Amino acid sequence: MALKFPIYMDYHATTPVDPRVVDAMLPYFTEHFGNAASRTHRYGWEAESVVDDARDTVASLIGAESSKEIVFTSGATESDNLAIKGVAEYYQTRGNHIITTQIEHKAVLDSCKRLEKQGFSVTYLPVGKDGRLDPDDVRRALTDKTILVSVMLANNEVGTIQPIAEIGKLTREKGVLLHCDAVQGIGKTPFDVKAMNVDLASLTAHKIYGPKGVGALYVRRSKPRVRLVAQMDGGGHERGMRSGTLNVPGIVGFAKACQLLKDEGAAEAERIRGLRDNLHQAILRELDMVVLNGHPEHRLPGNLNLSFSFVEGEGLMMAIKDVAVSSGSACTSASLEPSYVLRSMGLDEDLAHSSIRFGLGRFTTQEEVDYVAKLVVSKVKRLRDMSPLYEMYKEGVDLKSIEWAAH
Amino acid sequence: MAYSDKVIQHYENPQNVGTLDKEDPSVGTGLVGAPACGDVMRLQIRVSDDGVIEDAKFKTFGCGSAIASSSLATEWIKGKNIDEAATIKNSQIAEELNLPPVKIHCSVLAEDAIKSAIEDFKKKRAARQALQGDAAPAATAEEARG
Repeated sequence: MALKFPIYMDYHATTPVDPRVVDAMLPYFTEHFGNAASRTHRYGWEAESVVDDARDTVASLIGAESSKEIVFTSGATESDNLAIKGVAEYYQTRGNHIITTQIEHKAVLDSCKRLEKQGFSVTYLPVGKDGRLDPDDVRRALTDKTILVSVMLANNEVGTIQPIAEIGKLTREKGVLLHCDAVQGIGKTPFDVKAMNVDLASLTAHKIYGPKGVGALYVRRSKPRVRLVAQMDGGGHERGMRSGTLNVPGIVGFAKACQLLKDEGAAEAERIRGLRDNLHQAILRELDMVVLNGHPEHRLPGNLNLSFSFVEGEGLMMAIKDVAVSSGSACTSASLEPSYVLRSMGLDEDLAHSSIRFGLGRFTTQEEVDYVAKLVVSKVKRLRDMSPLYEMYKEGVDLKSIEWAAH
Repeated sequence: MAYSDKVIQHYENPQNVGTLDKEDPSVGTGLVGAPACGDVMRLQIRVSDDGVIEDAKFKTFGCGSAIASSSLATEWIKGKNIDEAATIKNSQIAEELNLPPVKIHCSVLAEDAIKSAIEDFKKKRAARQALQGDAAPAATAEEARG
């Protein structure tokens, strides 16, 4: 099969909608267009019924007790906001302390920052060099004022999978709620809200081959029953937790995507892991001084985050523009700051600038992997030939001994 | 980020990539930037006895705009007198390459690299002349001008 350019290796950013998902959605735009809140006619009943089925499917993928625990939202950013602000507001008389990590998604970090301005106190735990949170750090940070702990299932940049079950054990013992942003890990690594004692979980469809603009928040209904204050006022949809007309076609697509993951996710993860390892090995065979960022084992199957020492990430991305990837390099962001995730992991800033994230997924082929490996190797070699740092390294100069003029 | 055609041209066919012998008395070396900031430029010049830049080479760790800025800088200074080369402004480089505001620092770095290489050359020349104990009149006049 002929390669299609640019080759997509940015599956952490978003995924194409699976054609089977599109097929499932289509009738709900035209034929079955009803409002799920219309109680007076069949259009509404049909919509409500298909949404209820979707709720079952999503609940079943994450091991929820009841489909009533699923609140549909516009996506994970909204779910994160609702979980954190909604819980903080409801439980503020019980305590004002929240624990999270430095490497969470901005939707979590910025929700916490807003709460800080309102008088809440937030602990941002650092992670280890491999990107993993030490549950003992959570234990030590817990106080009698702590109401919520929020930790992601897997990191979007380095793919590190967090020990959610161990953290859940701690929070359950202490009677503290646990929120998990499960966006990146769902269907790729085991996730079970019951077994892991997760009380709230954010999900989104577009990272799992579903459409953009639809997601869910899992809100536990028993042992404990989680309460939250709605952040959107209106018609009282979703049992009062999220007003707004339900995105029926989106929800149908989301559920279909969940069903596909439930049926095929485990086998798919193995296939993608194989491709990812092939890419990694092919690069390591030809290049020295390549650093793997993140945990070697506890990582998403499709994630390969590498720092190519002595080569700047954006410069490299320009050279491999036939491949759609992303970089932790400062130059790719408006802020000119390298990735906060890599910095929190204690990675040297020069290596943060040299990082490239390859994200493999459902439609990645071995042919693509071969092409990308060959391209990356040749371009890194070319850029290293142009790099003063590589020349100095080859001459045995210790780059850390040089007094660089920061600018 | 979309790159201008000129940046892409220089990035894909960079001019004057390489290394001059930094121990050579006629060679000046400028090393500017920092790995932690995501760009380092090394620009080298070989200067004739009458102060003309006969050759220029660069190596750069950085984004496409940084590489293009260094490539352009070496092209522009070749054949110029060092005093003339020292007047090149980052704004000229930025304009020639159509750099967006977020990439202006790349052109600043290129200007710094040119100045730093010339300074290094002048320092070496001054040290050499001091060692010889008799400064050549032509060079002294030039120093006064610079």
